[in-house]
This record gives sequence, structure tokens and C-alpha cells, in this order.
Amino acid sequence: MLEIKNLHANVNGKEILKGINLSVKAGEVHAIMGPNGSGKSTLSSVLVGNPAFEVTEGEVIFNGKNLLDLEPEDRSREGIFLSFQYPVEIPGVSMVNFMRAALNEHRKYKGLEPVSATDFLKLMREKRAIVELDNKLASRSVNEGFSGGEKKRNEIFQMAMLEPKLAILDETDSGLDIDALRIVANGVNQLRTPENAAIVITHYQRLLDYIKPDVVHVLYKGRIVKTAGPELALELEEKGYDWIKKEMGEE
Amino acid sequence: MKAEQQYIDLFTHYEDLICRHAASVMNAPRAKALADLERLGFPQVKSEDYKYTDVAQAFAPDYGVNINRLDIPVNPYDVFRCDVPNLSTSLYFVVNDTFYGKMLPKAYLPEGVYAGGMRTFMEKYPEVASRYYGKAAPTGKDGIIALNTMLAQDGFVVYVPEGVVVERPIQLVNIFRSDVDTMANRRILVIMEARSVAKLLVCDHSIDDVKFLATQVVEIFAGEGALFDYYDLEESSVSTTRFASVHVKQEAGSNVLVNGITLNNGLTRNNYYIELNGEQAEATLCGMSILDKEQQLDTYSHITHAVPHCTSNELFKNVLDDHAVGAFSGRILVKEDAQKTAAYQTNRNLCATREARMYSKPQLEIYADDVKCSHGMTTGQLDENALFYMQSRGIPRDEARMLLSVAFTSDVIDYVRLDALKDRLHKLVEKRFRGELARCAGCRICK
Repeated sequence: MLEIKNLHANVNGKEILKGINLSVKAGEVHAIMGPNGSGKSTLSSVLVGNPAFEVTEGEVIFNGKNLLDLEPEDRSREGIFLSFQYPVEIPGVSMVNFMRAALNEHRKYKGLEPVSATDFLKLMREKRAIVELDNKLASRSVNEGFSGGEKKRNEIFQMAMLEPKLAILDETDSGLDIDALRIVANGVNQLRTPENAAIVITHYQRLLDYIKPDVVHVLYKGRIVKTAGPELALELEEKGYDWIKKEMGEE
Repeated sequence: MKAEQQYIDLFTHYEDLICRHAASVMNAPRAKALADLERLGFPQVKSEDYKYTDVAQAFAPDYGVNINRLDIPVNPYDVFRCDVPNLSTSLYFVVNDTFYGKMLPKAYLPEGVYAGGMRTFMEKYPEVASRYYGKAAPTGKDGIIALNTMLAQDGFVVYVPEGVVVERPIQLVNIFRSDVDTMANRRILVIMEARSVAKLLVCDHSIDDVKFLATQVVEIFAGEGALFDYYDLEESSVSTTRFASVHVKQEAGSNVLVNGITLNNGLTRNNYYIELNGEQAEATLCGMSILDKEQQLDTYSHITHAVPHCTSNELFKNVLDDHAVGAFSGRILVKEDAQKTAAYQTNRNLCATREARMYSKPQLEIYADDVKCSHGMTTGQLDENALFYMQSRGIPRDEARMLLSVAFTSDVIDYVRLDALKDRLHKLVEKRFRGELARCAGCRICK
């Protein structure tokens, strides 16, 4: 599904990603862990086409298409979804209008008619239930005045609405209390199918207790330095990252 | 020759005709208006308050003025079908600057309430007419108001007696219709007696592509505890120039909302003067515009807090595209005795291109020492983070820009205290941003 080859990327002229190789197949969940500043969020930003990041080398193939050639909106319509670490507030644009515009753009891309008002509201209700998002929030402006937990739930709600093939969760667990974490993780699990995949970026094992990864990668200084099964996450939780740094010949 | 000279000559040559075809209450202040215009002249670009609008140039062309009040061959009911669903109004028309008195619609006005032309009003209520006409808009300070007062022959009046509540909004449609370049001098007089309630919606349309020049002087008197909404929606044309002045005088406990929306225009200067003369009076003054191509809007406001315990809220927003030019000057004067004043002013602007220009200037003059006053001004671009967030959900950049622009102006429209009109305005604004003509769908003007 996703094939990342030797990906290099800069932000403000500084190289952050220094040759990432990663292969994700349908049905898989990959966890990416790593110390602060290792490039995890940069990787997710590059994949969704954030213009602040400049790709200098390498390629990303998503379902046969060269992802890096596509505009951010087309990447979304091809089925890539990023749950933002810091969801953006958009005063004055209601969740309902925002979601309807997004959904209809996705439908247009697939050659479908815009969704009817009744079907749309029904869909909203259905998907809202997945993350127990209050109806009141759905009628407010996008993320405006939402608590940290509500913002993250709102991200997963949008994911449920758009049904992406590849979901990238960028520290979706940060700022969540235990109950919110469970709700968000349950939401993600409900949306899992053999046809889609997820990349879960996190600092903590905690989230991976709920969302079971198939593969765990450690990203360090812009490279994936270790790849193993779920047990790697447990080991990191216990020992921290120092042993990996040591393995790499650092103090 | 000075730009005002041709109008002074016009008046001195045709004074008899002008007076003969006018409501007599309007003739009383003409001599003083003439003297004031001769003394003041038109405001000049070098004067601080008219820095961004070249008045002399706007008045220089030779416009036709319909002194003889000849019938304009138009049936407004044919050309205009206002399409605000779920909004029923008592509807009136002014064609150029003449009240259209034929086929008056069924009025839904409570007894004692008057809405209509100046002439009939003067016949019915001569004493009220002369007590209020010209009393809020002084001719001695601004040459354009002097000119309007000198030449205006007709007007639209809303009069609501003490304690009367007018449920149904009153709507006035100003239509510009002519085959030659035409000037119109319009007046609106609103008299709200104590504890009366009404809403007035005024829509400006230009039907033809010739040059139009309008001067409009609006006087609003809000008596004690009166509640009045004034919505001014300009959807004219690029060849329309408009100089409008709204003058509001508020008594104790009155609540007045003035909301000026410019969706399509050529060159517009809007002046707002609000005087809070009685305690606990509250004024909300807001407006928004969408300007592109070479369109210009110059907004000037002057709110006077003359007594203690009054509140004023001011919010103006402008979206400027292409080579549009906007200006905002917001003056708030808090007099020495006006303690416990609350006055808030905000002006926010979006410039979509490098060529678009916005000039903004807050001016607070505060002589009382126990007040809450604030002002804020920003001019900038759309939020890149928000644009990217929307794109990342599949919304194309242009569409995202449109949604954000609509959102930017939405809080001004949210001030509208008529739900049907509010919904309609939200839709019109969206259509305007999409580049579709922002006019009522049922209006033949744009078909």
C-alpha cells in the first residue's frame, strides 16, 4: 500500500529526515516511536504534503501513485488521513459545513453525487457515536473552544467520516486522559479493516495497549534504526532509548 | 472652477423649480445649506477625514438631476422581486430619488405608524416632520450633506409613535434606473418615539450601466427605550458612486443597531454618526464588505458618548481582492461626564492580493476617567494552517479559501436580528465569494 524509499526532507533548510525506508501493507498497523526531535512528526507532515517541509530526495508510492506529486487535497482523496497532533481551530466554519465539504469532495473524486442532507446527517450521527462526540460539538466551529480531548476525538470522527485507506495518527494519545484514550483507541479499532492500514506515532506503550501494532519502528535522528514486533514497544517503555543510542555507538 | 460650483449654479438657477416639486419641509433648510456649501466646498483629499476619497473627482462629471420630478419609466414591482425566503416585509421603492407611490403594497403596519414618501408624511404630520427633518444631519460641517440638503426633493419616512411595536420589517429598495448619467439625492428619516420597536432594511440596486451618483442622508431618532434596527445592503454596480451619511440620535435606554453591508459597488463612502444622549443607551454599529477589481469603500464612523452608562459596540470587516481599496476611520468621543462608558471597536481586514490596499485608523478621544474602551485592528491574509488543515481533508485550496473568507465575515452577519435575512445574507456572501452575482435570485435586474 505504502512504500517509502530513501526519503530525505528539510524544514527551514535543516535536514530532518535522512533516508527513511518503510513499507506498509493493507491490514497492518505500524507503530513509530522515538525520542523527541527524531523526525516522527516531520514524516507524517511530509506524507500529507505540508508545504512547510521540503522533500530533497527519495520517493513515496501510495497504491501505485507517486504521492509526492499530489496536492494535499488529492492525497486526502486518494485515501491518506492524518490525525493532527495539534488540530487547527477554524473560527466561523461549522463542523457540519466543513465535513460536508470534505465528504463531497471525496465523493466527487470518485465520480459520486453529493450526499443528500438527510443521509449526511445520518452519517454524522452514526460516526459521532464511534468516538462519543457530543452533538453540540458537531454544530460548533471546527475545533474552536474544544478541549484537548475533544479535539483528538474530533480527529478520529473525521477519520470515520472519510474512511481513509491509510490513517496516520500523530501522537493522538498526547493530552488524553485514560477515558479519552480508551474512547479514541476504540474508535480507531472499530475502523480497522483488512483493506486499510495505520501508522501510529507515539511516545508511549500506553496507546499500543489498545491499538495493537503488527510492527514497531524506532525513528532516531531521521532514520529508522530498529524494526521489530510489538515486544519492542514494551522494551522501550522499560528501558528508554539509551540502549538504542548505545547500540548505534553513541554515549 | 470648483467641483461644487456646477451644483451651486444648478440650485441658484432652478431654486423655484426645486422647491415647487419638493415637500415643503425640505425647503426650509435650503438657504442655509447653500451658504454652508459655498463656505465649506466639497471635502478635499488633503483633509484628514477624506484622505482616501476624491470627492471633487466623483462630483465632476455632468450628471442629470431630475428637478422636475419626471416619471421614470419603470415598474419596480416588475424589475425587483426580493427573494428572501421566509421574510415578509412591508415593501417600498424609491426610484432614483423619488418615492414610488403607485400601487403601494398592502401595508402591514400597526395603526399610527407611517412608512412612505416625505410629501404625504408632511401633509399628515406637518409638525412632526418639521421638528425632525434636518435636525440630526447638520449642513455646517460637511459639504456633501449641505449639497444633499440643498437639492433633495423627496425622501422616505418611517414614523413609529410611542409604544408601538412594528413586527414586520419595513423594506425600502432604492433603484437606480436611467438611460443617462444620473445623480440622486436621497433622504431617509426615521422617527422612533419612546418604547417603539421597528426594523428597516434598505437595499440599493443599480439597474443600468450608466454612471450613477447618489448622496444619501439618513436621520434616525430613537426615543427613550426605543428599539430600532437599520440594515443597509448595497448591491449596486461598478459604475455607481455613493456618498451616504447615517446620523443617529439616541435617547435614554434606546437600542439601535446599524449594519452596513457592501456586496457590490463602485466607489462608496459611508459615514456613520451616532450620538448617545441618554443614559443606558446602547448602539451596535457594524458592517462588512467584499471588494474586488477596482472597487473602493471608505468607512468613517463617529460615536459620541455624551452621557454616562452607555454602551457602543463597533465591528467592521473588509475582504479586499484584486486592486480594491478600503479605508476605515473609527472615532469614538467620550465626553467628560460620560463615566461608566463601555465602548468597543474592532476593524479586521483581509487583503487577498499584494495590490489590494487597506487603510485603517482608530481614534479614541476620552475625557472621562472611569470608562472601558478598547480598539483593535488587524489587516492580513488567510490563516495558512487552517488552509492546509482543510486541504488535508480533501477540500481544494480555492474552496478552502472561500470557506475561510465566508467565515471571516460571518460574525458581522450574525449581528442581524432577523433570522430569515441572516440566512439569506450568509448565502449571498457565499455567492459573492464564488464570483456569482450577489443579487436576489428572483430579481430581474441581474437576469
